[in-house]
Amino acid sequence: MTTLSLPRRAPAPRDAPGRPARARRHGRPVYWLYLVPGAVLFVAVIVVPFVMNVYYSFTRWPGIGDPRWTGLDNYTRLLADETFWTSFRNSVAMVVAMVVVPTLIGLLLAAVLFDYLGKRFGPRVASVLRATYYLPQVLPVAVAGILWSWILNPQTGALNVLLREAGLDRLALNWLGDTSTALPSVMTVMIWVQVGYPVVIFMAALQRVDPELYEAAELDGAGWFRRFRAITLPQIRPETFVVTLTCTIAALKVFGPIYVLTRGGPENSTNVPSYFAYQSFFPKSQVGYGAAIATVLTLVVVVVALVFIRLQAASERREG
Amino acid sequence: MTTEPVVLAPPAPSRGTARTPVVQRTRDRNHRGAVRWVVLAAAVVVAVAMMVPFAIMLLNAFKAPGEYSAEGPLSLPSSLYTDGLVAFWQRVDYPEKLLNSTLIAGSVAVLATLVSLLNAYALGIGRIRGRMWVVALFLLANMLPQEALVYPLYFLAKETGLYNTQLSVIIIFTVIQSAFGTYLLASVLSTFPPSVLEAAALDGASSWQVLWRVVFPIARPTLSVLLIFFFIWTWNEFFIPLVMLIDNSTQTIPVALASLQGDRLMDVPTINAGALVSLLPAVVFFLVFQRTLTRGITAGAVK
Repeated sequence: MTTLSLPRRAPAPRDAPGRPARARRHGRPVYWLYLVPGAVLFVAVIVVPFVMNVYYSFTRWPGIGDPRWTGLDNYTRLLADETFWTSFRNSVAMVVAMVVVPTLIGLLLAAVLFDYLGKRFGPRVASVLRATYYLPQVLPVAVAGILWSWILNPQTGALNVLLREAGLDRLALNWLGDTSTALPSVMTVMIWVQVGYPVVIFMAALQRVDPELYEAAELDGAGWFRRFRAITLPQIRPETFVVTLTCTIAALKVFGPIYVLTRGGPENSTNVPSYFAYQSFFPKSQVGYGAAIATVLTLVVVVVALVFIRLQAASERREG
Repeated sequence: MTTEPVVLAPPAPSRGTARTPVVQRTRDRNHRGAVRWVVLAAAVVVAVAMMVPFAIMLLNAFKAPGEYSAEGPLSLPSSLYTDGLVAFWQRVDYPEKLLNSTLIAGSVAVLATLVSLLNAYALGIGRIRGRMWVVALFLLANMLPQEALVYPLYFLAKETGLYNTQLSVIIIFTVIQSAFGTYLLASVLSTFPPSVLEAAALDGASSWQVLWRVVFPIARPTLSVLLIFFFIWTWNEFFIPLVMLIDNSTQTIPVALASLQGDRLMDVPTINAGALVSLLPAVVFFLVFQRTLTRGITAGAVK
């Protein structure tokens, strides 16, 4: 022991020959102490519950009494459960509605606002329009969903009342109550909720781009669309990654809008993993099963995020 | 934090090449004004489409049910019908819900910002060993679906007597929000000028004094962005408050409104007035803090 500790202590005086010990201690305070409150809370609210949830997923438990260990039973049951597959298929629909469509529309709107309207009508016009697109993003999504669920109500909802007034009774469908229209209706609401986020991020990204690039392209006679493809898109690629990653994670986790719009119905046609897990936990008291769904969802989210980050790193390497 | 929300700031005069108004003009000559108006109209149409649900809500929040069935959703109300608003206000005891939401979101905003600052001080400035792993852990926690935590949290809250109290939601969201805040702030603080810290250390300042007298004042703009974001995010949260707060007296605005859904007393003006007063605080907040918000979103994206 002594031979080990000796060389470690030896360099100390060489390090700071003239400096008093007090100053050394001040130069290197025990910073990890600042992490203690955060770490304690983190363990209590995230780590312990997460581990408990994984444990529940290997048990059968109605929420009272003791959980009974059943191994992988919940997972094998999940794989054979049609609702489970439907819910993840609907997640793909949510990715389309919350990532693909908003990103495409957002790119176009941001480019038009920044590079076209902003220059011709002044920055105020652009920023007012941007605020208008962004507004649904700052509202409680559950409340916005309740407003929409009334608008889409088959009897008293604004949409069907209007359609009937216009004599289009045949178009006055049961938007959220029919298996063929429920998912497209929910997707439309989600596009409305989501579209402002990419607009704001992309507009900020465009401010980063050197205006001389655009000027040079304009001098070369490149039209608006050519500049959009050749300059705008490649320049704001980092932000596009961030937007698609954060929105994909949000789409996989979506709960509030489903809860207030359809409760996953009709016949599970709008069920999503998070709502499916909630249903198992609370109304059905199948805690182990719900925990298994939540664990699978977590895995999917983490894998998707890792794939995204790898792709981004790869594309940066290609460029650099 | 590099992108300020100054849309189309005039180019710095020092920039070498001359701005090219000439090019702009020749291009416009080709389009002769017509195209730009078409593009503006298209952008305005999208904006109007975004606002339609709110307009319909406003039109029908103060319209009598009979008038709604006779005149439809687009007519202006002939008189100000306030029974819907009164019914909603009394049913959910709106002032109490407003207070609950404010209490929860406000406490979380302050506490989560504080925890983020302490964590980030250790990670970004203290550069403690293994900090990359700690930051990665916070980032991972930020991605976790709340469903993977909710049942144990519900169980633990019941065990500790915190179930159905605002405190349970405050504690949970302080941790969830500070996971993001730590990640963001740690990378901001890691760029903190070391010379400033060294100077303070030479003056004999303790690390606690450095935190509050040097780091805190300089990091204040970022902290205020975090504070506002945490407030809005927590205000808008739905899933965990729905599970944790089952009593009308502890609920937040979105949960209280959702609990009335499908109620047969919720007629058209009541739903719309309810949605209106439930959205209003967030809209006001948005209008007041719009600049900070746009700056914050972009800061989050660039980091």
